Amino acid sequence: MTADPKTIAAGHIWTFPGGIHPPERKELSNTYPLRELPLATHYSVPIKQHSGEPGDIIVRVGQTVLAGQPLTQVGVGFGLPVHAPTSGTVTAIGPGRIAHPSGLPDIVITITADGKDTFAPPLPIQDVATASRADLLEQLRQAGIAGLGGAGFPTAQKLALQRPLDYLIINGVECEPYISADDRLMREHATTILRGTDLLLDITQCPQALIAIEDNKPEAIAAMQAALTDYPRMQLRVVPTKYPSGGEKQLIQLLTGRQVPSRGLPIDIGLVMHNVGTAYAVARAIDHGEPLLQRVVTVTGEHVAKPGNYWVRLGTPVEHVLQVTRYTAEINQRVIMGGPMMGFTLPDLTVPVVKITNCILVPSTAELAPPQQEMPCIRCGACADVCPAQLLPQQLQWLAKAKDYDGLNQQNLFDCIECGACAYVCPSEIPLVHYYRKAKAEVRNIAREKAKAEVARERFEARNERLEREKAERLERHRKAAEARKQAQAEAVKAGADNPQDAVQAAIARAKARKAAQLKEQQANSETDGESS
Amino acid sequence: MSFTIATSPHTHQRRTTQQVMRWVYLCMVPGVAALTYFFGWGVWLQMLLALITAIFTEAACMWLRGRSARFAWRDHTAIVTALLLAVSIPAYAPWWIIVIGTSFSIVVVKHVYGGVGQNLFNPAMAGYVLLLISFPVQMTSWPVPQSLGQYTINFADSVSLVGSGYTQSGYNMEQLRTGIDGATMATPLDSMKTDLSRSLTPTEALAKPIFNDIAGVGWMWVNIAFLLGGLALIYLKIISWHIPGGLLLGLAVPSILISLFAPGQAIGLSVHLLSGATMLGAFFIATDPVTAATSNRGRLYFGLLIGFLTFVIRTWGGYPDGVAFAVLLANMCVPVIDKYTQPIAYGHGGRS
Repeated sequence: MTADPKTIAAGHIWTFPGGIHPPERKELSNTYPLRELPLATHYSVPIKQHSGEPGDIIVRVGQTVLAGQPLTQVGVGFGLPVHAPTSGTVTAIGPGRIAHPSGLPDIVITITADGKDTFAPPLPIQDVATASRADLLEQLRQAGIAGLGGAGFPTAQKLALQRPLDYLIINGVECEPYISADDRLMREHATTILRGTDLLLDITQCPQALIAIEDNKPEAIAAMQAALTDYPRMQLRVVPTKYPSGGEKQLIQLLTGRQVPSRGLPIDIGLVMHNVGTAYAVARAIDHGEPLLQRVVTVTGEHVAKPGNYWVRLGTPVEHVLQVTRYTAEINQRVIMGGPMMGFTLPDLTVPVVKITNCILVPSTAELAPPQQEMPCIRCGACADVCPAQLLPQQLQWLAKAKDYDGLNQQNLFDCIECGACAYVCPSEIPLVHYYRKAKAEVRNIAREKAKAEVARERFEARNERLEREKAERLERHRKAAEARKQAQAEAVKAGADNPQDAVQAAIARAKARKAAQLKEQQANSETDGESS
Repeated sequence: MSFTIATSPHTHQRRTTQQVMRWVYLCMVPGVAALTYFFGWGVWLQMLLALITAIFTEAACMWLRGRSARFAWRDHTAIVTALLLAVSIPAYAPWWIIVIGTSFSIVVVKHVYGGVGQNLFNPAMAGYVLLLISFPVQMTSWPVPQSLGQYTINFADSVSLVGSGYTQSGYNMEQLRTGIDGATMATPLDSMKTDLSRSLTPTEALAKPIFNDIAGVGWMWVNIAFLLGGLALIYLKIISWHIPGGLLLGLAVPSILISLFAPGQAIGLSVHLLSGATMLGAFFIATDPVTAATSNRGRLYFGLLIGFLTFVIRTWGGYPDGVAFAVLLANMCVPVIDKYTQPIAYGHGGRS
């Protein structure tokens, strides 16, 4: 299964099954240089912006904070802190809208900006070359760095796993249509990205890195290529444009011919992958002591007058972003966080930009037509042809509708990466991914319920066992006590005391004598009665 | 203001089921043209009758099921079923043949099983088999190719034949099937089957006028025309090559083998491939996605099975052609094929 290392080193590009070529529409946003988004008047910073546990809140309402000051603190474990995006006052801490498809609220710290944007002093690592691995990881953790590619996995946690590695892969593929955030970052900050890659290589003790870019980004390729001359441990890999080649599993397949085992991690096959944005953030955190305060966000779609890529402070409400970029809304307007393939729609614009927000898309109905009525599946198999995970999407769909969880498991539902290629090609416009997400949630719920039931059963059994044990102990105690009493009596008798048994015997004898006397009397009476009659 | 909530992906390739079906019947044009050229206008009447029947029966079924008829019409699958059945039956079969067949296809084979996407059997072929078994005389009365017939059939004759069973001049179908030599002419496969059962050699059987072209007058060109349409379907990515490729292979390999080892019973490769319903079956009928296997490997096996069964029926069975029976038998095997041809998913030990 492991492909020949020489072939990998020679730059061979493998292929992955399926995939689609949706209209890219990147030209809407990728022609403008990166711009700073003007400051907002207030920010809402969700305390959980990564996958994992949130930190403990260490600010209170009314407190003034400086830009870059941590708002939460992480204890043990792999939580990540969040930081104040600008200087100002904490005006509220409580539930608020967050960037999640469910639309459910979470704890949000609201900061009213003072407009001065005063930064807390940065805390760079003094001597990077001699710093220990643990210090570097702690620096990344305190900087709040999570994977900026989409999953938001804490970067330090990913780097902490110590296993032999063949390659570090830096993902600059950005295959999702419309999005050009990584593209612009690579064009303008190639050296910083490579510096971050160099640091990542040192931290992971990995010998070499592959930097992957899709061939629809010639400027980014040129910029990275030029910067690469200083870094002999890194090689550029240009992959053909196809969605979803930027998916972690698919990119691994493209560059190494290897497949991440089902339910496994890339590190299981000697690989680790980070996004170009993450590499940039790593360099800034270690060399400059900058916590993760901002990221590049593509603002695009035909309903945005000033599309492009902006440095947006984390916590900036989408409303502010869209006001600056002058959006117009039509009836039934969709505002999508993320791209058209995997992004999710926002219920309103109070949702803040967070660590995983790579795009805000405000499309017109002309460019992205709203979904049509779902028609019955005709089993045409177009979905199976494009599935990069080699699943049978229409079988999964039937099974999901039938709630056949065993069947879903047998058809490897959990290997679905939810890329949406199947739903994109479906001639019946079946929202396939939606069915899979629902089925996955149901399966997880069942597993959770089962685990709960299992715990309850164990507790019940333990209780029964305890009751049994206590009963047995009690009986044993009684038996022992009775024995001890008998023994004490016997010893007392031996010592010459009255034997209580004698008294009992005497009482019995007395009772017997009385009974016998009564009997005699009765007999005597009956005899006299007989005589008298 | 509030915004519309939708589930990802937010973009779609605009190729609807209706468009897919439209391509299927557009690609039938060469085949229908060839049928018209060799057998006259009958096929158009059959198509018309089939379409009317399909549209009405579909609407009736949807009404009975408490659903909107427009919803079912919109996918155009009934149109494809109707047209496939219409080109499969003899061009001048009486009108009630196609009406019964189409009604059965739509009502029983499709809607009784739950409508589009739910049927186990290919509706057109199930309808065809019902007709073949119930009305063997009408269903085997293929007209003589016009170049070999004594009489020419004009459009008015066609209408009259389908409507009443007689041409305007009063000839019935049996008389029309008489060739220039005065003998009733059968289809190439029928003629071949009869001759081989009478212990004629294949060479003698091929000496009949119906075989003036390599694989049968008219029939060869009809098959070539359907092949062209089928290749267009593959080019347009409406179908994949797996089912037709498998079918033709499953038919060709045993027919070559039998020519080598038992030439006396052999129908011959060219007749197998270019006569009867081979190309129509391979590219238009067996490729019905609903009733075919789902994975590409499964589709290949499904096609091979149909091809092989067709060969078996043609060689040893009681019917001259066997595509319809073979398709239905293979439909029955689809769940098993699907079970054993599930592709290896990513990360489950497959190779890149």
